[in-house]
Amino acid sequence: MMNTLTAKKGFWGTLWEYLTTTDHKKIAHLYFFAGGFFFVLGGIEALLIRIQLMFPENDFLEAATFNELFTMHGTTMIFLAATPLLFAFMNAVMPLQIGARDVAFPFLNSLGFWLFFFGGVFLNLSFVFGQVPDAGWTSYASLSMDSSGHGIDFYLIGLQIAGFGTLMSGINFLATIITMRAPGMSFMRMPMFTWTTFVASGLILFAFPPLTISIFLLMFDRLFGSQFFNVAMGGNTIIWEHLFWIFGHPEVYILILPAFGLFSEIIPTFSRKRLFGYSSMVFATFLIGFLGFMVWAHHMFTVGMGSVANAIFAVATMAIAVPTGIKIFNWLLTMWGGSIKITVPMLYALGFIPSFVIGGVTGIMQAVAPLDYQLHDTYFIVAHFHYVIIGGVVFAILASTHFYWPKMFGRMLNEKLGYLTFAFFFVGFHMTFFIQHFLGLWGMPRRVFTFLPDQGLDFGNLISSIGAILMGVGAVILVVNIIVTTIKGEKVNVNDPWGDGRTMDWAIASPPPVYNFKQIPLVRGYDTWWLEKMEGNKELPPSEPLQDIHMPNGSIIPIFISLGLFIAGFGAMYVPSNVVGDGSPWGTVFLIVGLVITFGSMLLRSLRDDLGYYIPKKDLVDDVDRGGKAI
Amino acid sequence: MNLTGKFTLQNWPDRPEIATQEGKNKLIGLWLFLGGETVLFATLFATYLALKNRVPDSSHPLTQDLYSLPLVFAMTAVLLTSSLTSVYAIYHMRNYNFKAMQAWFAITVLLGFTFLCLEIYEFFHYVTDFGHTFRSSAFGSAYYFLVGTHGAHVIFGLGWITGLLIRNAKRGLNLYNAPKYYCASLYWHFIDVVWVFIFSVVYLMGMV
Amino acid sequence: MKKWRLLLVGLIVLLLAGCGEPYLSTMQPAGEVAKIQFDLLLLSTAIMVLVITTVVLIYVIVLIRFRRTKENENVIPKQVEGSNKLEAIWTIIPIILLIILAIPTLISTFYLGDNRGMHKVNAQGEREAVVVNVRAHQYWWEFEYPDYGIITSQDLVVPTDERVYFNLLASDVKHSFWVPAAGGKLDVNTDNENTFWLVFDSDKAEEVNNIFYGKCAELCGPSHALMDFKVVALPREEFDAWVEAMQNYEVTEPESAVAKEGQQLFEANSCIGCHAITPDDPRPVEARTAPNLADFGNRTTVAGFMEFNKENIKKWLQNPGEYKPGNKMYDHANFTEEELDALAEYLLTLKAQE
Repeated sequence: MMNTLTAKKGFWGTLWEYLTTTDHKKIAHLYFFAGGFFFVLGGIEALLIRIQLMFPENDFLEAATFNELFTMHGTTMIFLAATPLLFAFMNAVMPLQIGARDVAFPFLNSLGFWLFFFGGVFLNLSFVFGQVPDAGWTSYASLSMDSSGHGIDFYLIGLQIAGFGTLMSGINFLATIITMRAPGMSFMRMPMFTWTTFVASGLILFAFPPLTISIFLLMFDRLFGSQFFNVAMGGNTIIWEHLFWIFGHPEVYILILPAFGLFSEIIPTFSRKRLFGYSSMVFATFLIGFLGFMVWAHHMFTVGMGSVANAIFAVATMAIAVPTGIKIFNWLLTMWGGSIKITVPMLYALGFIPSFVIGGVTGIMQAVAPLDYQLHDTYFIVAHFHYVIIGGVVFAILASTHFYWPKMFGRMLNEKLGYLTFAFFFVGFHMTFFIQHFLGLWGMPRRVFTFLPDQGLDFGNLISSIGAILMGVGAVILVVNIIVTTIKGEKVNVNDPWGDGRTMDWAIASPPPVYNFKQIPLVRGYDTWWLEKMEGNKELPPSEPLQDIHMPNGSIIPIFISLGLFIAGFGAMYVPSNVVGDGSPWGTVFLIVGLVITFGSMLLRSLRDDLGYYIPKKDLVDDVDRGGKAI
Repeated sequence: MNLTGKFTLQNWPDRPEIATQEGKNKLIGLWLFLGGETVLFATLFATYLALKNRVPDSSHPLTQDLYSLPLVFAMTAVLLTSSLTSVYAIYHMRNYNFKAMQAWFAITVLLGFTFLCLEIYEFFHYVTDFGHTFRSSAFGSAYYFLVGTHGAHVIFGLGWITGLLIRNAKRGLNLYNAPKYYCASLYWHFIDVVWVFIFSVVYLMGMV
Repeated sequence: MKKWRLLLVGLIVLLLAGCGEPYLSTMQPAGEVAKIQFDLLLLSTAIMVLVITTVVLIYVIVLIRFRRTKENENVIPKQVEGSNKLEAIWTIIPIILLIILAIPTLISTFYLGDNRGMHKVNAQGEREAVVVNVRAHQYWWEFEYPDYGIITSQDLVVPTDERVYFNLLASDVKHSFWVPAAGGKLDVNTDNENTFWLVFDSDKAEEVNNIFYGKCAELCGPSHALMDFKVVALPREEFDAWVEAMQNYEVTEPESAVAKEGQQLFEANSCIGCHAITPDDPRPVEARTAPNLADFGNRTTVAGFMEFNKENIKKWLQNPGEYKPGNKMYDHANFTEEELDALAEYLLTLKAQE
């Protein structure tokens, strides 16, 4: 029998392997590059927005195009860039951190990716059709019902498909962390990133169903003639706002908690010191996750919910500052007394702390409900959430790209280019968004395609646009860095390239072999790998004898399940009862064909036994720990 | 562990559904999924309550005009009984009694199917006799979306259990399919619990 | 280094731009509501600057003292687990800070949310406060004074130094009613009427020649950015005079021949079918699908945002779709230059008699 570990593959073989893979490390690559692609796309949209707003009464873009661009920018960045990029790191790192060979449901993991991917492609095909969503990423019901063309339908169906994928991945990560931890890896020994993955996945599990429902409501109204949001027929558009934000607010924490987790790995590593206050960090993560569900209506202070509701949600929102503050100070105290080494990932972490604090405190300012009457829907909000999302999430993603690149791909990203990216991105970021706080306070509403001269807004907008261009330069340098590194970057031949790794992912080859751990390790404490290193051990102690390893089979079925929904989505858009009025019976046909493909693939999957395969013991003995093949 | 091997009553594990790592994963995964489903139905209930009796004008029927408790009561009885029969099926699965398990699951499917027929009759009755449709008012949309989503779950559950019954008819119980049966029955219980809430929140509260 | 430079840039920007324009900025409050909100802004900013300063202070000390150098390269720092005392401190102090912030928040939330004053009546059973029914449309505003029987659009006329109550309702999609200088916004929903109040200070009004800027703050379509209106804040006696003039509004026959021709065009092109030209439009609210043109000659703007002059009126009449994309009048008309001139001339004659 051929040795499964050393078989050579050509280009088509590699492609087929990625299309069918159920290996969490390869799925991480898929998430990374698909998410990265959408990140660049969203970035280009952002630049177009800022060019239009560079000068008053600029006519670079038309009003309708502008609305489409900021809608797609927000939707792309949240659903198709930030979430998948974080999923990339969760997939790449989390199973290694808990000493697992894979996630609990490798097939679902692959399905989750392909659903996200087809959903994202569906959404962006709107550009090809020239009917682009234009009601903002929040797509409030009255405006989205009023929107002409199929733009909103692309938004709804695309997000619905991608959302199913996200939900599956959330369940998968939760189950993995609950059942797949190595012996000795108790919950309170888990690395912080694993913890935040756990809590964020829990948030996904409880936050995405309301989104699913709200999307269905709007979809039914637009495509099948229901009356949920038709005021004349007894409908109510405020329902959309509530459901959207019951999802939307936890979504913010779904993004920021893993970012916190990533920084909680990076800061101790480069401070060469244990994370300060580990248990309170875990507690704070839970508290943020829990409170995240209690505060959705602070996005709706101006909706007219009444003073009592506004007061309750104002106080609840302020409460979130406490656990977040705990985290900030714990990071500072982790560094205090440590031995701080400045590297690219650490630089992002150092940039993150003050930037995120600014984003956090402006959040508290908006929790002051009466003050929020002034701030809501102005550029102050735009500044606030970009400080949180870029200063928190994007910095974490960029930091981890550098930090985990050797573990994921077996090469080090170029450090000099890394510093350059950071410099451009950091300066550009503050230039773009700091001034926007003031633009908001000076009376500039958000989502405006233009502003008039002599309202005191010209100079601030110019500064902001120049900053955005700097950020763009930084992003381009990163892309160049990735290309250069892939072609001729230095190979990593050690398990722990940063020298100060603390968690189990740094105890195995870079990149790890397909089975991760030849023998499942025995975990003897928090900061498992650091502990062993301090005791002079060169590798983790095993918890089992060397034996055959059970591995999951690859499968092409996930692509067909996703493709079915993709086809059904197009069909649904053109059903005869759609609100645009260009439907035909063919729409119904495609809808049914698509669903048949999806459910047929699912049926095929359940009827065929899939027992996986075994890597025989003798292959493992031969396989010196040189790691798997990098792409 | 041999997943597809044959067992005897003596060496058949007490809890076959969690005897393997895959089984444990499946069960945890399903529980988590049901957690998400709970939120999904909670959202549907909230939507329904917000739009209950919200109709364009007074010519449209309201909850009191529509619902007839005897029919709904019969549906409830049928569905609750089907939950009980699936418990018997699992009892026999644990005792490695494949035939009895298949039989009890078959009864479960029959009862579920009866429920579905009653529900279809109920919808048909509302549409033809009252003009209460998915498109006639926000109330109608919300009602059919909530109860219909439950109905879709029933259909999916019926398909799931039927698929298991047919697929495994010839090869008997093993540690590969035992977790599948268990998960299907757990899902069926969940459908039942949701119906209890629909019965109380939609129908009973609709009568007052 | 970078941070200092940024701070410097920020400060220069602040000095240059000050606090925005007095007719638009929330930082130059022109009424009780805006003042309350501005005070909350100052209080919360002060607390938040305190927090940022603390963090940055520790941050800078850490970066100076604990950098890895050649000498201590191989030193393994003490692996501290945590400190209950310290963690308690940074749990309790933020809680105290939040309580300090929460108390005025709660008080002002209830104070600003109190609309009972709207129903107060005097001995004659007449309402004391001025009430305006705001109706938002894509992309224009109608202001109805139910107690005076007056309907206007685009220009909101209010008395200074007293509470003015607003009832907000949208006709098509959701909008948001915002006069930044006078106070925070409230959404204009399609489902329900929202009520709130604002006050416009007379001294601030004087500073801006009695005109504040109002904006739509909720995305409502392509021309959301241009859905502006103006608030004309007048001292009470001038306001009363305006009300009287509007109540006694009479349509006068235009005098010049050009304006007369304009009037004929206005009627021939059935502009009159949508646009009322008297402030007492008797049609129900659903039928009022276009801005009321009564007193048009005294408007502050054309279409809510263009400078008010004849040239702009003509431009607007010929190409409204170009200036306000997606508006519901029409995209483009084919008037001749003479016709445009006549129409503009006629529209300018629509004025209340002083």
